[in-house]
Amino acid sequence: MLKTRIIPCLDVADGRVVKGVNFVDLRDAGDPVDAAIAYDAAGADELCFLDIHATHENRGTMFDLATRTAEHCFMPLTIGGGVRTHDDVRALLLAGADKVSFNSAAVANPDVVAEAADRFGSQCIVVAIDAKAVAPDRWEIFTHGGRRPTGIDAVEFARTVVDKGAGEILLTSMDRDGTRAGFNLPMTRAISDAVSVPVIASGGVGTLDHLVEGVTKGGASAVLAASIFHFGDFTIAEAKAHMAAAGIPMRLT
Amino acid sequence: MLTVLIDTDSGNLHSAEKAFQRMAREVDGGTVLVSSKPEDVARADRVVLPGDGAFPACQRALFADRRALYEALIDTVERRGRPFLGICVGMQLMARKGHEYEEVPGLGWIAAEVVRITPSDPALKVPHMGWNDLVIDRPHPVLDGIATGDHAYFVHSYHMAMDDAAQRLAHCDYGGDITAIVANANRIGTQFHPEKSQSAGLRLIANFLNWRP
Repeated sequence: MLKTRIIPCLDVADGRVVKGVNFVDLRDAGDPVDAAIAYDAAGADELCFLDIHATHENRGTMFDLATRTAEHCFMPLTIGGGVRTHDDVRALLLAGADKVSFNSAAVANPDVVAEAADRFGSQCIVVAIDAKAVAPDRWEIFTHGGRRPTGIDAVEFARTVVDKGAGEILLTSMDRDGTRAGFNLPMTRAISDAVSVPVIASGGVGTLDHLVEGVTKGGASAVLAASIFHFGDFTIAEAKAHMAAAGIPMRLT
Repeated sequence: MLTVLIDTDSGNLHSAEKAFQRMAREVDGGTVLVSSKPEDVARADRVVLPGDGAFPACQRALFADRRALYEALIDTVERRGRPFLGICVGMQLMARKGHEYEEVPGLGWIAAEVVRITPSDPALKVPHMGWNDLVIDRPHPVLDGIATGDHAYFVHSYHMAMDDAAQRLAHCDYGGDITAIVANANRIGTQFHPEKSQSAGLRLIANFLNWRP
């Protein structure tokens, strides 16, 4: 039976792990490769690095991180942030990423997803959707770290990028991110029901019950969290045991 | 001893290279080289064909665009009997035929065709992505130390539908049987990514480097 995945996410800027609270307030939480090694040993199911500055000047840092991580961690690694073209995807895959995540570039031009999926396969193309509630049961995509509204409906957009070849959706609730109030479950459920591919729930985890709800109520195939793991509130093993006790199939190592 | 990972310019070879290098050091398994050169494949003691992406694109990258490389692979594996490991689409290419987007012939090493995953439960997502537990169907030297219940990392939308179970070493369940490991003579294939499957995956790589079929 396929297991539900727990994915610690490391927000990276200038080669260091940070964690934005609502994407603004940054706190240094250490070296990304050391953190990746620790999560690998702790039984994380995948890792995610998000380059939150993602300028061309610090691109080399991200390639170096991917390469060093792949030397030590024999588990899947997703990298996102500032990915614009299929050549960016190739460079990150060659550096050591297993999956690459598009965000603003896919909003600006969904065909970039098709170009990358045709070249490298859907299995390594993730589309990260950052959305906010704008009305009951309506969520709108925001780009540029949550600062820029687009007028695009998140559910429609998810369908579009999956048709273009996205193999997975990383869905972040901008309202919830950093609040520890739990995932936006109606949005997660609406998008999970709308697409055939796995959805990763992200944004707002504060308790282990939030992880459970993301799967049982939100319909997510994987749950992503940062602060609760980075700051030692809970271990990966505690999270897995809690989810397994709630009846969710987990890989217990 | 030389193990060559064939590079057809598609997916991520870096992590596979690192995993093979690490296990080669641990089991005294010789040198690991990533190469697209026919002469490297011709002198290889073991050959690994990784693969990411669509079956037709991977097939053409090897069969058509790199004809000399393809011929070196056939010569090394079929005529000289060197051990071969196909990973993911590299495993799927071992089949007689693939049905992804269009019908394309494979290497014909395994009596199977590659078809879309259609889980019996429509709520199950495709791609089949993540950790699934293996069910071992038959013993094999590359499975030494690997047991039913061990987890492996899968990511694929198509899978190998076997003519019969004789060449299947392991499977997993995803709304029906998904072929996980196949073998025929000096050739094995894994649908999952051993280089991404932590301890069970590294164990399989070590076993392959020691395998003398």
